[in-house]
Amino acid sequence: MTILEKVTALLGEGAVLEAGTDRVPRIAPGSPDAVALLLGTAHQEGWRVRIEGAGTWLQSDAPADLALTTRRLDRIPAIEPSDLTATAEAGIGLDQLRQQLADRGAWLAIDPPGLAGRTLGSVVSTATAGPLRHGFGPIKDHLLGVTFVTGDGRMVQSGGRVMKNVAGYDLTRLQAGGFGAFGVIVLVHLRLRTLPRADVTYLLEGAREDLTQVGEDVAAAGLTPAALELVSPALARRERWVLGVRLAGSPALVAADEAGLGAASGGGRFTPLRAEEAHAFWMRLAEGFAVRPVTFRIAGVPTASDELLDLLQHQLGDEWISASPAAGAIRWTGEATIDRLQRLRRTLAGLEVPLTLERAPWPLRGAVGHFGAYREGVGPLVAGLRRTFDPGGALVVATEGS
Amino acid sequence: MTSALARDLAAIVGEKHVREARAERLTYSMDGLPTHRRVPDLVVLPGSREELVAVVRLLAAHGVPFVPRGAGTGLSGGALADEGTVLVVLTRLNRIVRIDRDNRLAVVEPGVVNAKLGAAARPHGLQYAPDPSSQSACTIGGNVAENAGGPHCLKYGVTANHILALEVLLADGSLVDIGSPAGESWGPDLVGLFVGSEGNFGIATRITVRLMPLSRAVRTLLADFTGLRTAGEAVSAIIAAGIVPAALEMMDQSCIRAVEDSVYAAGYPRDAAAVLLVEIDGRNADAVIAETEAVAELLRQSGARSVRTAASDAERERLWQGRKKAFGAMGRLARDLVVQDAVVPRSAIPDVLETIATIAQHYGLVVSNVFHAGDGNLHPNISFDATDPELKQRVDAASAEIMEACIAAGGTITGEHGVGIDKLRYMPLIFDAESLGAMYAVRRVFDPDERVNPGKVVPLHACREWSSRAVA
Repeated sequence: MTILEKVTALLGEGAVLEAGTDRVPRIAPGSPDAVALLLGTAHQEGWRVRIEGAGTWLQSDAPADLALTTRRLDRIPAIEPSDLTATAEAGIGLDQLRQQLADRGAWLAIDPPGLAGRTLGSVVSTATAGPLRHGFGPIKDHLLGVTFVTGDGRMVQSGGRVMKNVAGYDLTRLQAGGFGAFGVIVLVHLRLRTLPRADVTYLLEGAREDLTQVGEDVAAAGLTPAALELVSPALARRERWVLGVRLAGSPALVAADEAGLGAASGGGRFTPLRAEEAHAFWMRLAEGFAVRPVTFRIAGVPTASDELLDLLQHQLGDEWISASPAAGAIRWTGEATIDRLQRLRRTLAGLEVPLTLERAPWPLRGAVGHFGAYREGVGPLVAGLRRTFDPGGALVVATEGS
Repeated sequence: MTSALARDLAAIVGEKHVREARAERLTYSMDGLPTHRRVPDLVVLPGSREELVAVVRLLAAHGVPFVPRGAGTGLSGGALADEGTVLVVLTRLNRIVRIDRDNRLAVVEPGVVNAKLGAAARPHGLQYAPDPSSQSACTIGGNVAENAGGPHCLKYGVTANHILALEVLLADGSLVDIGSPAGESWGPDLVGLFVGSEGNFGIATRITVRLMPLSRAVRTLLADFTGLRTAGEAVSAIIAAGIVPAALEMMDQSCIRAVEDSVYAAGYPRDAAAVLLVEIDGRNADAVIAETEAVAELLRQSGARSVRTAASDAERERLWQGRKKAFGAMGRLARDLVVQDAVVPRSAIPDVLETIATIAQHYGLVVSNVFHAGDGNLHPNISFDATDPELKQRVDAASAEIMEACIAAGGTITGEHGVGIDKLRYMPLIFDAESLGAMYAVRRVFDPDERVNPGKVVPLHACREWSSRAVA
């Protein structure tokens, strides 16, 4: 029997989707149990499995015997507006999830890069936060728990559905940003907020150095923006750099911050956007990181932001960059070679700045790895965790590169 | 345990920092929970990171298990050491290595007291947000081990949200740096995994914490209610309105009266069925005033008999002192106190409080509730006399029923105190054998010989085996 025949016998014809251009069979289990069955079988048979969501973020090109896509895990078992929690399967598209939450007056305060249909599982497993990280923290801060399936088909729960939880070790945080190296996330328990009653965006164009100073002034003035993002001209499709400020929350808070924003920038320099303009601006930013071949993020302390932006410009060119200096986060997208990325990672490591490769074609991803330049002693721990959660090495993930 | 080991330890830390005499070791036989008692074979108090590393390497060479301990204020028996085990006390490693105002971070040793870090940050216009009730004594290392919370974690998050990087000493004596000063990991989030691991993965020897700007404006409200249910419903109304208070705490009548009868009397109305203490803070005074008015109106609409705003810093501090010292005040009710810790969905608070009252009545026990209502993090506290075995049995049975009620409501068994040994028996109620097996397997990645804090967090008897699955 071929792999496809075995999988069809195991999960039924409905689970078999049309293969991609590389002809790797694409399997879409319809339930978490089916994921466990598939991975348990893959482990026993020695199949190599690559994990996919909607196929809109990480390139679907890792060499594998089959592709496991979570796209049929698209249910939302629970939305609890009064508790501000929700439970969603990993394959739900963020656009659908957002809409259903909004209908109930709830909001998941994340705005990850990528196209609108990008799956929740993809965002969680890669921990790709967007500009809202400034006000609401990284992806892991929005998670109450996850259920995942290990590379040998075991179903594991971590965390729960409540706001605070210290029962057992926090395997949720291991999964958030693990790129699937420790299992396939199938279910996510989310921490929500109420839909902001006021939500406005202001833009300021100018030289990068000037905007950096304005950003610092905004922070020093005691404002609490939801997002404070410095965007390169190419990404913003403007002549100069852009500082985007998003204020979201109660009308009282937003009104007070709007007044403060004018004062902090020397009076009236920011341009307010209409709601549809603001939506378009943030969407363009998010989608921009999904169209170029290579995207990575780096994280340095706020005072190093300028130096890091200069370094990126020097080593890779300006390309498309978005930075949240106060949160210490910079994202870059463009074209890059293996040599340049490896050299950049080494240089950054000397500055105590990790580089996480978010997406790239397999030849580059496999060589550079999502992670690298580990501190002494970290490598054996990561390897031990991989052996624990994927003892047969079924999951094809470019953790550290070759 | 041999006296030769004690001599070798003394050679590292000095004789006066090794406790061998039983009377001295008894000092370390309990934490903040009176229901568990263990006497360690030896107690050692290293005074520097170098001494600590040497101690752990010596213990590794002898294959001796050990338990790291901070100030011993924990409430789960997590820092108790059995016979055959050395207690490694970290309170002498109490240096604040540096505070970086521009990047809003601090690097500290594990024995730094939580409140002292806050005091050191304050002149820089910064604060360390997690504020457990024991913050005047508990240490940052202990906070990391337990993922400690506190009243103000509603808005600012628990310890895990404030740890950027760690230097970790593993059981074999090796040091590993995880995380980075900006909070992003070099690979998977090992910092997130380590925080809350209750000492099972090793000792955090250097801790980089995130500091936050001090709030410029604070308003504190006290609302009193004639019914527990209406107070619980007021909590849901505030959260549903999209306002996130810095803190949203509830105390029931038993707790109110204990506080008002003590030296910590805060002026809470003695006849109230419950009070809510709500704090709104922020960096913009206008916004804080507007949100405070909105919250006060919501409280009134939800049935508050009165809503009072603290008129001065002194009054605010008095209101908070009553809340933070409530556990101490309950010492007036009986000689012992079991401080329970569970979390339920916020909307379930009214029902669960009624269930707890029914359980207390059934077992003839005094249960006082003081808790983080905004998070749904309950602390039902049972006052009793631990020298009465029959009473202790009733307390155990009532505690178990309370936990089961919280789980049935969709909750969990601990929100901030940890599992330790106290909650081991409840772990199989919320995790299946596979998930417990996964935790056990992860622990063995960090500590293959299971020598750090043995017997805590994961009930081994309930785990499914993780090493036997064969590869074809």
